Amino acid sequence: MIPEIGHFALALALALSLAQVVTGLWGAHRAEARLMSATAPLAAGVLIAVAASAGCLVWAYVVNDTTVLNVVQNSHSAKPLLYKISGTWGNHEGSMVLWVLILALCGGAVAAFGNNLPSALQARVLAILALVSFGFLAFILATSNPFQRMWPPPPDGQGLNPILQDPGLAFHPPLLYLGYVGFAVTYAFAVAALIEGRVDAAWGRWVRPWALAAWSFLTLGIALGSWWAYYELGWGGYWFWDPVENASLLPWLAGCALLHSAIVVEKREALKTWTVFLALVAFGMSLLGTFLVRSGVLTSVHAFANDPARGMVILGLLAVFIGGGFALFAWRAAAMVPTGVFAPLSREGSLVLNNLLLCSIAAVVLVGTLYPMFADLLLSEKISVGPPFFNLATLPLAVPLVLAMGFGPVLPWKRARVFPALQRLWWAALAGLGVLLLCLAIAGERIGPALGFGAAAWILFAALADIADRIALLSRPRAAWARAKGLPRAAWGGAVAHAGLGVMILGLAGMGLATDRLALLKPGESTTLAGIEYRLVGLRDVQGPNWTARRATVELRDAGRLVTTMEADKRNFAVSRMTTTEAAIHTTLLRDLYLVMGEEREGGAVLRIHDNPLAPWIWFGAAIMALGGGLSLSDRRMRVSAPAAKLARGGEARA
Amino acid sequence: MTRKRRRLWLLLLCGLGLGSATALTLTAFQDNLVFFRSPSDIAREIPPAGRAFRLGGLVEPGSVAKATGPDGKPEARFRVTDGPNAIPVTYAGVLPDLFREGQGVVTLGKLGPDGVFRASEVLARHDETYMPPEVADALKRSGHWNPAQGAPPPAATWNTLDPARPPTPGRSGS
Repeated sequence: MIPEIGHFALALALALSLAQVVTGLWGAHRAEARLMSATAPLAAGVLIAVAASAGCLVWAYVVNDTTVLNVVQNSHSAKPLLYKISGTWGNHEGSMVLWVLILALCGGAVAAFGNNLPSALQARVLAILALVSFGFLAFILATSNPFQRMWPPPPDGQGLNPILQDPGLAFHPPLLYLGYVGFAVTYAFAVAALIEGRVDAAWGRWVRPWALAAWSFLTLGIALGSWWAYYELGWGGYWFWDPVENASLLPWLAGCALLHSAIVVEKREALKTWTVFLALVAFGMSLLGTFLVRSGVLTSVHAFANDPARGMVILGLLAVFIGGGFALFAWRAAAMVPTGVFAPLSREGSLVLNNLLLCSIAAVVLVGTLYPMFADLLLSEKISVGPPFFNLATLPLAVPLVLAMGFGPVLPWKRARVFPALQRLWWAALAGLGVLLLCLAIAGERIGPALGFGAAAWILFAALADIADRIALLSRPRAAWARAKGLPRAAWGGAVAHAGLGVMILGLAGMGLATDRLALLKPGESTTLAGIEYRLVGLRDVQGPNWTARRATVELRDAGRLVTTMEADKRNFAVSRMTTTEAAIHTTLLRDLYLVMGEEREGGAVLRIHDNPLAPWIWFGAAIMALGGGLSLSDRRMRVSAPAAKLARGGEARA
Repeated sequence: MTRKRRRLWLLLLCGLGLGSATALTLTAFQDNLVFFRSPSDIAREIPPAGRAFRLGGLVEPGSVAKATGPDGKPEARFRVTDGPNAIPVTYAGVLPDLFREGQGVVTLGKLGPDGVFRASEVLARHDETYMPPEVADALKRSGHWNPAQGAPPPAATWNTLDPARPPTPGRSGS
């Protein structure tokens, strides 16, 4: 009964979102206030229906309803409750339901908090969002119904892939989807602006927080995924330039460019067409990411056995939404007149440079990611593009980006001069250069990590210099605290996010110095890596809730002193007949000691040991970046958009 | 600054960005494209020495052996087959959890002068029933599965696949 209610709720949401599309677009077109005012309640209805449907699916998983095919394929009664719930979106059908649920949440948020928007703009935005959710709901109902029944029911399910039985699954997909789907809102705003042929500061003030929120969630989602891969897969790396990783990096890069150019729209009313274009691109990249993950066209770590027909439908949706968006853009973009004029050397100019470099990096990553697919289709040659390509092609573009990152925030709007900027930043530049030279002197042949440390020092000190300058720390230190409290949160957020990237680059540079060792050890034997002695104490069997494991216990000694004891597992999951590797990680915050157990032979075990300096800082850095985004979001100006309300009435009068 | 000059600046910058991105992509492509080869491809044409490529096929049943490399590191040796041909592979590292005899595998590495493929990576899959598309394609071409006969058999049942005639390492390497 419950699964049927869920199925019905999905169909209801489909009908409601269609109604929302019609009332929104038609009502705004005919300026019918009654039709337009119906869109917000309809958005709430879609949210309730989708939430009910998702709730039914979770319920089916929690009670392990084996008459539901999706549950049988992906769950098992012996699984811990957390993984029963998170397992709901650990498969294609369930993850699409999560996607639509988050989209409905975004629609609900625009409906609830968008009262101060011009009503025609709000109706159109909600209509476009409903169009997106209509497409995906139709996709779910037509090709991937999660409530498909199965008769006769088997005694129990087939179990969830053991790699997914991790708290990471509970947070990684929702955060990532919050990012992907957040860009659907900026997309809806862009399309609505194109229909109206008007972009103003009020529009920028609405798009910016959405871009910021989506970007922050995406940052967290990507970082969490990277960390999950790091500790769960046991390869010792954090980023593999895998197609699916790239698919999440692409919207991140586009969104990063978008949130910077939205600042220019809001403050200076310039770069309007460009910002609209970026909003279209960012959501296009999100859809492309969904397509790459869900269709399995590319060989990747996320490539589970997939149905190619579903991929074609997502590709069709991608073509409709993005093709439609760009067609509208080509038709209407000329209507948007820029008003703010600026010199090349100015805050605007630096933000243009930022956009240009971020988009170039995104273009390079996009080509590298999709090239294998096209080579297969057109040249019928199986090719893969690996990390060397991406490192070689993106680093030269990242260097000027990092250089410009320090300068941008200290430049004034409209027109800047070089000398005052240098005056504020000379010591940050000197620190960066000093660190670079120092690293080169210590480890001459390792240019990459030295460059990384230098760049990180430059970014961190430039962010510090920016804040110090704004609160007049050096010129009037007594008033600095009061000024710091009065400084807008957006300014703090920007500096914190930039510093977060600096911390992350420190981690990346540290990982450039990582070393590893492969050794066959018998109990009692030991090996040494980076000054630490690893001694295998013993191998034994361990029983878990739904797995059995062989566990290697290893003692770590630094010059005879016991540092810690680590336990690495090789787990065997009986239900799904799979083995997983559980790496043991000991972190001192300055370095990760990382241990993986391989096969057993001759009474011993093959151990792979990694020494990863500064590894945790990569994820700390990402968290700091997201924190910066959150700080910016909490800025008063983002929430109270009083001028927007004023403009809104003006907009209505004109409409 | 006039609007015209500003637009010129922007166009110039965009051109510069696009141009450098294209140039970087092309130079990086030149040396870093990794081709896929099946054992039969290698028997037909030896890939250029010193260039990394991906070798894929099924792990020949009964071929996996544990050994110790020349530098004292633990090694795994196995043969990758697509039916008519097989290539011996050595790999110094921890084999992925889903590595099984008779299952599809993709390895990244270089072919040595002795005809032995030295893998630096053995790609792991997340899912037991997943068959790497390249491997499925290679099996199709080597005549193990004819698409005209219908859908491919599930990958888990391909374990019993028996290579028709394993060639000697010398032949495939020379």
